[in-house]
Amino acid sequence: MASKNARLGEYTFNKVDKVNAEIFVLTYGTIVAQMLEDFDDVNETNKQLDRMGYRIGVRLIDEFLARSGIGRCKDLKETADNIAKVAFKMFLGITARIENWSADEKEFSVILDENPLLDYVELPPSIRTSLWYDNVICGVIRGALEMVQLSVDVAYLKSPLRGDDFCEVRVTFKEYIADEVPVGED
Amino acid sequence: GGRRARAAGGMVCYNFYVFNREGACLHYAEWERPKPVQDGAGTLEDDHKMMFGLTFSLKNFCTALDPTGSEKANLGAPIPIGTGCHFRSFKTNTYALNYLETPTGIKLILNTSKGTGSLQEAMWVIYRDIFCEFVVKNPLYTPGAPFESPQFTARLDQFVKSL
Repeated sequence: MASKNARLGEYTFNKVDKVNAEIFVLTYGTIVAQMLEDFDDVNETNKQLDRMGYRIGVRLIDEFLARSGIGRCKDLKETADNIAKVAFKMFLGITARIENWSADEKEFSVILDENPLLDYVELPPSIRTSLWYDNVICGVIRGALEMVQLSVDVAYLKSPLRGDDFCEVRVTFKEYIADEVPVGED
Repeated sequence: GGRRARAAGGMVCYNFYVFNREGACLHYAEWERPKPVQDGAGTLEDDHKMMFGLTFSLKNFCTALDPTGSEKANLGAPIPIGTGCHFRSFKTNTYALNYLETPTGIKLILNTSKGTGSLQEAMWVIYRDIFCEFVVKNPLYTPGAPFESPQFTARLDQFVKSL
């Protein structure tokens, strides 16, 4: 199953439209810089990036499902695998890894060995340890999973901008969002 | 009329619904409706409610009666979106109803003339190339809310005419 997802990721990546990587990275950098200037507070910027990501995620999920043809995942492991091998490949062109499963199998880490968003980026010392530059990714995962009824907390743990070897995003499963029977149908 | 959707192959598309998971009708398009709504459900609103109720119940019944055992569900219990049987279409002596439900709870329903084969491919094209492209990616669209989009309507018209 692992390699099937990798193949699906590769296949969908080849089929989607591409954008110039530099334009993408520079645009994102400008957004972060503007936010830092507007909010003047690193924590607020982190929050706003997450919210921005959330708004992207609730839309991205439909695009993801439509292009990949993936149906409902049986369990969290399959979800995690789809995120890493198919979604990240399709949208960012990178393949992520899933590691550090918790004992109760409700938490996992998404590890990015390479992250195009961080190309050419260097943070000034004053914000290097407090800003999560690509926090938007956390919001995207959170928003996308919410639309398929998984309520999760997503947070950044490690980043090369802080001196770590890779990016690590921690996903914690909270609950299945219960389906209510639509009004008048029971 | 300009919106009639009769393809060269003779297939007719009558109307099209988009519902969200709660049963709200997000979009309704009509190309031909020889029988007026008043003679059927009564009002357009009732028509939408009945259409959603029909597909919702059909899916529940299909899942509960599934003899293959790959999908488990008790009749009456809500089925999480994406699980359960996916019915694809039904045909009456006068029309065919084609159905697609996405794991995000969006339901697409297309009523056509009955001489067609399986339209699952076409339903996926509507979801992927028309709904996702022109509605989901529109920043003014709130996921799960009713929408009107001239681009979506134009593309949909164009597509159904080509079927």
